[in-house]
Amino acid sequence: MLRRTILSALLAALALAPAVTMAADTPGVTATEIKIGNTNPYSGPASAYGTIGKALGAYFKKVNEEGGINGRKINYVTYDDAYSPPKTVEMVRKLVEQDQVALLFQTLGTPTNTAIHKYMNQQKVPHIFVATGATKWNDPKNHAWTMGWQPNYQTEGRIYANYILKNVPDAKIGILYQNDDYGKDYRKGLHDGLGEAAAKKMIVMEQTYEVTDPTIDSQIVNLKNSGANVFFNVTIPKFAVQAIKKAHDIGWKPLHLLNNVSSSLGTTLKPAGLEASKGLITALYMKEITDPQWKNDKGYLDWVAWMKKYYPEGALDDQANAYAYSVAQTLVQVLKQCGNDLSRENIMKQAASLKNLELPLLLPGIKINTSATDFAPIEQEQLARFDGERWVLFGELYDAAKR
Amino acid sequence: MTPRARAVGVAAALAVALVLPLFVSNFRLFQFTQVGVYAIALLGLNVLTGYNGQISLGHGAFYALGAYTTAIMIDRWDVPYPLTIIAAGVLCLVAGFLFGIPALRLEGLYLALATFALALAIPQILKYFEHWTGGSQGIVLSKPNAPWGLKLSPDQWLYFVTLGVLVALFVLARNLLAGRTGRAIVAIRDNPIAAQAMGVNTALYKSLTFGVSAAYTGVAGGLSALVIAFVAPDAFNVFLSITLLVGIVIGGLASISGALFGALFIQFVPNWAQDISKAAPWAIYGVFLILFMYVMPRGIAGALRLALARAGRRGTGTRA
Repeated sequence: MLRRTILSALLAALALAPAVTMAADTPGVTATEIKIGNTNPYSGPASAYGTIGKALGAYFKKVNEEGGINGRKINYVTYDDAYSPPKTVEMVRKLVEQDQVALLFQTLGTPTNTAIHKYMNQQKVPHIFVATGATKWNDPKNHAWTMGWQPNYQTEGRIYANYILKNVPDAKIGILYQNDDYGKDYRKGLHDGLGEAAAKKMIVMEQTYEVTDPTIDSQIVNLKNSGANVFFNVTIPKFAVQAIKKAHDIGWKPLHLLNNVSSSLGTTLKPAGLEASKGLITALYMKEITDPQWKNDKGYLDWVAWMKKYYPEGALDDQANAYAYSVAQTLVQVLKQCGNDLSRENIMKQAASLKNLELPLLLPGIKINTSATDFAPIEQEQLARFDGERWVLFGELYDAAKR
Repeated sequence: MTPRARAVGVAAALAVALVLPLFVSNFRLFQFTQVGVYAIALLGLNVLTGYNGQISLGHGAFYALGAYTTAIMIDRWDVPYPLTIIAAGVLCLVAGFLFGIPALRLEGLYLALATFALALAIPQILKYFEHWTGGSQGIVLSKPNAPWGLKLSPDQWLYFVTLGVLVALFVLARNLLAGRTGRAIVAIRDNPIAAQAMGVNTALYKSLTFGVSAAYTGVAGGLSALVIAFVAPDAFNVFLSITLLVGIVIGGLASISGALFGALFIQFVPNWAQDISKAAPWAIYGVFLILFMYVMPRGIAGALRLALARAGRRGTGTRA
């Protein structure tokens, strides 16, 4: 009985031939609306970044209240992926296939974007200004539908190498980096920038930590004992605070190069102690919003006004909210440039045709440039030294595109 | 429930499963494929926890082991994917059996903690063996195309592959649990001393159950690697193991069909929660969980069984 019932069901099912088709010209775009999709970690281990996704929505609210872009309002659809790649795949497929978004914007995280990289390029849906500093997003030849935004970590590593070669000829470099692709990208940038021979001669010790470690005190002691006079500190804020404090406490005074990831006064330098932070050097591309030198800057004041009106629950000392504001402005510029041709091809074309775009919260002089062969929007950074109160910019703008 | 009613139920479910690809989009189909994958993993965990009474908070580790077995074999050695799924099952069978031996000394909550350690350790272990696993970058795979010139999209093909594996493994589990082995497994849960007195080799059975359970979960992990076409340590955190436990309890402990209901729950309810409230989806999810547990303390399968039994009594006047 059971067998016969199942068999007849099977036959009935096979009699029908599978056929699934989809057709739509420019999904997500109507005369009054542009639908854009996003994933962010609103829950899970990386939920601190979730504020970016919320701030983006708040910025589009402002754009819509001011009339939208070329008469079209932005319909921003964002889902939680909890920083879990399978969930990202599911949510992004939902955005592309079911919600029919025109493009994907600012999906956050390196593993999560890696999981959808191939899919987005097969589907030929713009996957632009992804929120990660990995180097692989600048690959227009093989991945013509994916583009990064922020300067990548390797570029920044090379900036420090450049500085060391010019200013510290007798450098003995100790490196502390997080044991993942983020840390390794920085390390590679430094190695490449120094060149093989100099790297071999100068780097005296490399230490790593896991993001789950409770402390990095022993690594700092090891680095001091190695006799290093340059400390390349590739850590996220929690560990950067520990590193700055520990080095200060044990009386180690190297040339301390701190990665941009942890350059915030609010989250790193103040908790570590402003006195202990004196003399730190970092590379910046944005105005540090907690730095007092910008407190009368128009760009900063506009940002604060926007935060208070559209995103009052967001933190005014969280650089991520300034980051979201700036990257949203970049997308708005792309969509403006598109005019009335909002085909996916044209969106990519315009994203790759940004010319000398300056944004209010980028450092003065930093310009966004892209082209058909250059999918790295921000490639300039400037070194800054902490004087105990603020970051003091010095030297020239470093431009990775010109090297 | 009469055998006849059960046969009709199974046939109806199968028929729905087979024609589903005709009526839903590739995206929905992908979601149902994930349901199938979860159902296999949940069945594995249910054999261990529901039938044998051993609580595991670490089945995500076996899921990860299966996923990486498949991913590494395809990525490194170009092994045909069906073989990698089998390899994932076999490897997890061995790993589960070996883990089951020391776990014999641990009961109840102590075992739960030991397995929890496994779940905590796995993402870091995966990062440590970077040469094989690709570290935190993970491994990118390609979705297999349908063979023999079948006019199916990769999503449709993977759906049928998963469905086939699911049906085979469900039949296998049913046959295993319906016979003497199943009675021995359940007897160990209900009263280990009595079981031993009746001649059941409790140590062997418990380790074997652990192995079989891990094998099921490993096969599910291997399939998930194909379906997602990517593996990375972040996909296999502690939360996955807890989600699996939620799935079997909601679906119904010690119930084969419960695995399917549980899989539907863990796949779709978090999404609904997000649709209801963007601000606090996990609070909504929590409310769903509490409601389900309150209304259906024996899980969805248990509640269905009860409802069917009541309907049967009313209809025929006899006990089902």
